[in-house]
Amino acid sequence: MLLLAVSMLVSLSIGSAGISLKDVWGILWHQLIGGADSGQAWSAGDVAVITQVRLSRVLLAVLVGACLALAGAGFQGVLRNPLAEPYTLGVASGSSVGAAYMILFGYQTLIGMWTIPAVAFATGVVTLFGVIWLSRGRSGMQLETLILSGVIVQSFLGAFVSLMVSMSNGVVNQILFWLMGSLALKSWGHVYILLPFLLIGLPLLFVYANPLNLLVLGERHASHLGIRVERTKLIVLIGSTLLTAAAVSVSGVIGFVGLVIPHLIRLIVGPDYRLLIPLSAIGGGIFVLWADTLARMALSPREIPLGVVTALIGAPFFAYLLYRSKRSQEDTA
Amino acid sequence: MIEAKHLTKRIHNRLILSNVTHTFQTGRFYGIIGPNGVGKSTLLQLLSGAAKPTSGEVMLAGKPLDSYAAKQLARKLAVLQQGGLPPAAFTVREVVGMGRYPYQNWFGDEKNDPAVLVDRALEAMGLTALQNRPLERLSGGERQRAALAKVMVQEAELILLDEPTTYLDIGYQIHLLDTVQAWQRERELTVIAVLHDLNLAALYCDQLLVLHEGGLAASGPPKEVLNESLIRSVYGASATIVVHPATGVPQILLQPGGAAPLR
Repeated sequence: MLLLAVSMLVSLSIGSAGISLKDVWGILWHQLIGGADSGQAWSAGDVAVITQVRLSRVLLAVLVGACLALAGAGFQGVLRNPLAEPYTLGVASGSSVGAAYMILFGYQTLIGMWTIPAVAFATGVVTLFGVIWLSRGRSGMQLETLILSGVIVQSFLGAFVSLMVSMSNGVVNQILFWLMGSLALKSWGHVYILLPFLLIGLPLLFVYANPLNLLVLGERHASHLGIRVERTKLIVLIGSTLLTAAAVSVSGVIGFVGLVIPHLIRLIVGPDYRLLIPLSAIGGGIFVLWADTLARMALSPREIPLGVVTALIGAPFFAYLLYRSKRSQEDTA
Repeated sequence: MIEAKHLTKRIHNRLILSNVTHTFQTGRFYGIIGPNGVGKSTLLQLLSGAAKPTSGEVMLAGKPLDSYAAKQLARKLAVLQQGGLPPAAFTVREVVGMGRYPYQNWFGDEKNDPAVLVDRALEAMGLTALQNRPLERLSGGERQRAALAKVMVQEAELILLDEPTTYLDIGYQIHLLDTVQAWQRERELTVIAVLHDLNLAALYCDQLLVLHEGGLAASGPPKEVLNESLIRSVYGASATIVVHPATGVPQILLQPGGAAPLR
C-alpha cells in the first residue's frame, strides 16, 4: 500500500512537460487539501497538466492494473490452472473483435467518445457467456471443457481481428494500437467508469477468498465441506470477467499483468487467497503504473504501447521467478 | 441415523443401483463390499449427497438430504473420498484446519479457537512432525492421513469412507482403521466405509452390506454374511472361510484355480 502511494507520487512527478518537482508537489497539495492560498502562483497550464493529464492517467494505470491482476487471481482460483489469466476464456478477444469492428468501419464516435469502450465491454461479456454455455454439461462446468472452449473461442475470434487488421489500410493502424493497449489520451471519465468495477469486484472476490482456498483441494473435497461449488465458480468467473472487460474496454489489451502478478504475490505470501486477492490488486496497480510511466518516458515524447512494456518487463521477470523457485525447490527436496 | 430409501441410479442409461433400501443405525461401523463396478462408490455418493439418485431418496435424521443447507450438512456428515488429497501448496496444518469450514464465518474465523482440535487430529494421525510441510511434498500415504485428520476436525456424527486404505501399506491400513474405530466408539459415530479387502471389512465392521448386480445381495454381521457360497456367487471365486484365532471373526483364504469362468 505504501509502495503504491510512493509509486504514484514519483510517477506524477515525472513527465515530458518539464514541470519542476516543487511545483508538482505544490499543486497537488493545494488541490488535495485545499489549504489557504500561499500566494504562490502556478501557471494554469501546469495545473492542468498535473490534475487533468497526469493525475487521471496515474489513477487509471493503478485501476487497470488492479482490475486485471484481481481478475487473474480469480480466474486462477476457479480454473486451478497456473496458466489461467484474465484472457484465457476469450474475454479480451471478444472485446477486441468489437473494438476492431468499430474502428474498421469508422464508427468510433457513433455514440460519442464511449462508443469503443461500450462495444468492447459488451462483446467481451457476451463472449464469456458463450464460453460458459459451450462448456455447460449436465453436472455443471467441467474445468477442462471450460478452458478448451475458451481457447477455441479465443483463436476463432482472434482470426476475425486479424482479418479486420489486414482489411484496414490506415498508415498507422489504429486497430493494432488499440490491441497493444495504451493509457494515452484518457480522461477522468475513464477513471470514474473503472472505479465502480473495482469497488464492487474487490469485495466480491474477497468474500469468496476462503471458498477459493478450499477449492484448491478439488471440487469434491470443497463440496463435502459445505461449499456450493458451482455457485462459487460462476460468481467468481463472472466477477473476474466484468473486471477484465471493463479494464480492456478503457485501455485495450494489456498482457501479462493478470498472469504474472498473482503468481508473483503467491511466491511471496503463499497460496492463501485471503492475502492473494487484495495484494494482487495492489501489486497489479503498482506494476501497471510503473510500466505506464516507462511507456511514456522511455522514448519521450514518443509513447511505447503499454502492452508492449508489460510483456517486455513481465516475461523475463516471470522467467527469473520460475527459475528461482525451481532452484529452491530442488535445494530443499 | 441415515436411511437409503428405494435408491435407483442410472448413469448414461446404464442401471448402476436398483431399488436399494437400508437403514444405517447410529453408532455402528458399516462396511459396503462387493466386486468392482457394482456401484459401491455410487451408493456412498448418493448417501453423501455428492450425486442425486434417479429415483428414491436419502433421509438423514428423519429429514431428506436435499433439505439441508450445504454447511449444515457438512457439520453432520463428513466424507473421506477415494484418491485422497491432491498436491497443493498449503501446509498440512492449514489443510487440516480447512475441515472447520462448516463452522466458520465468511472470512474463515470461528468463535472458539480450533487449534486444540487440529493438534489432536494431527497427533492421532501421526502428522505432528509434518504439520508445516506443504501438501505437495508429502507421499500419497501421508496425504491420505492428512485427509482423515481433516475429516476428524470436521466433527461430524456420520463419517463416510470411500476405500480409505488404498495407497496405504498394511501397517498404516491397520493404524488408520484402528484410529477410526477408536474414535467411532468413543463418540458413538456412525461410519460407513466402502472396503475392498474382505478380511479388513470382517475385522472392523459391525455390519456388512454386500452389493451384487445393482442390489443388496446380503446384509448383517460378518459372521452371518461371509460364507463360501456367497463369495462364489458374488465374486465368482472359491474361498475357504476360517475363524480368526484371536478375534473370532471370519477370514477368507483364497485358492488358486478357484475362479469361476468370467461372467
